[in-house]
Amino acid sequence: MLKIGGLNEGIVLDHIQAGVAMEIYAYLNLDALDNSVAIIKNAKSNKMGKKDIIKIEGTLDDVDINILGALDKNITINIIKNGTIVDKQNLSLPNKVTNVLQCKNPRCITSIEQEIPHTFKLTNKEKGLYRCVYCEQSHKEK
Amino acid sequence: MKHLISPTDLTVSELSGILDLAEKIINDPKEYSEACHGKKLATLFYEPSTRTRLSFEAAMLNLGGSILGFSTADSSSAAKGESVADTIRVISSYADICAMRHPKEGAPLVASYHSSIPVINAGDGGHNHPTQTLTDLLTIKNLKGRLNNLTIGLCGDLKFGRTVHSLINSLVLYEGIKFVLISPVELRIPTYIKEQVLEAHNIPYEEVDILEDKMPELDILYMTRVQKERFFNEEDYIRLKDSFILNSKKMSKAKDDMLVLHPLPRVNEISTEVDSDPRAAYFKQAEYGVYARMALIMKMLEVE
Repeated sequence: MLKIGGLNEGIVLDHIQAGVAMEIYAYLNLDALDNSVAIIKNAKSNKMGKKDIIKIEGTLDDVDINILGALDKNITINIIKNGTIVDKQNLSLPNKVTNVLQCKNPRCITSIEQEIPHTFKLTNKEKGLYRCVYCEQSHKEK
Repeated sequence: MKHLISPTDLTVSELSGILDLAEKIINDPKEYSEACHGKKLATLFYEPSTRTRLSFEAAMLNLGGSILGFSTADSSSAAKGESVADTIRVISSYADICAMRHPKEGAPLVASYHSSIPVINAGDGGHNHPTQTLTDLLTIKNLKGRLNNLTIGLCGDLKFGRTVHSLINSLVLYEGIKFVLISPVELRIPTYIKEQVLEAHNIPYEEVDILEDKMPELDILYMTRVQKERFFNEEDYIRLKDSFILNSKKMSKAKDDMLVLHPLPRVNEISTEVDSDPRAAYFKQAEYGVYARMALIMKMLEVE
């Protein structure tokens, strides 16, 4: 596997579904950070086959990281201090998220009125399934 | 009851309240002819509709109220690009209650967030149509005498058919309900209805693609039209539109007291030869639609 230098202090978002890392990068506005950020795509994983990983140097202030659960419920968060993992967190799923997921249903009112916030409600906790509050389409349906 | 956006906004007791009032109106319409005197209903129809709009307007006029509104998006400020939120803010100061039909799903919900008057969803895309559901329930209750212990066949476009989605949402609240879902594979009921509504309420259902075989089991056969406006391409529409047609031959296999319902308009999914069958209840159903909407308007305006 491609070698990326270890973090001395920072956050590692692990077990991201392969292909979703860029969405998370964009949602967390990581492009605005001065710190080093590494995105590892399609890393080998025993559990998942392939996975994405994001390593962020330093801390992330003012971001509710639990919201990431709506994007991918399997993500784990490792907090690194002095080069070792001091905390491992699983994400809880928020009941409602606004402007995290985008409704892709062309029949939804959000498709023609841009200023309406895209709000999704958690409807199946086990499957991590969210549905648009307006049209009830799941964010996973094409 | 501030707004009626989804049939799930109504509890069983609220539903009973509306249906009971509708029955009182049916028995003595004169008694209610001034119930909404001085009140105005705005009908905001962003999509053409004859039946639903006229049914709402007839309901308000029967109650002694007045009506205003538009019947296509072209004749409203939506053509100039006004948002649903802005339109409803303005209409709130012109009328006491409004009924909204919109081709986009969720538009009436958006309106309800910004409205100071009650908003009734009069159909949003392929999503919900709660007043058609009230009409259907009133028809079943009056003609069958009950809303429980029924096997209901839903036939036609179950994917985009909002009347079907709304009806399922309400009927699952009653005991002993079983559904037979009859449609081509391409037009089957959406997964979210199966998961969130049918399976969540432990309602038995089966999905089939032949109407004829299931006729003898049904207490109600609810036919729907395959709607051209729900398809993005003409080819799919033409291929599927004639999938299920009810005729006298199929009716001969049904129970003597089965009811045929249809939200109308029909195109060719029920042959006209069925119209004279005493079990054909779809025109009676349209009549009940006015009474159901009268009762709903009264409840929402709290003028009972």
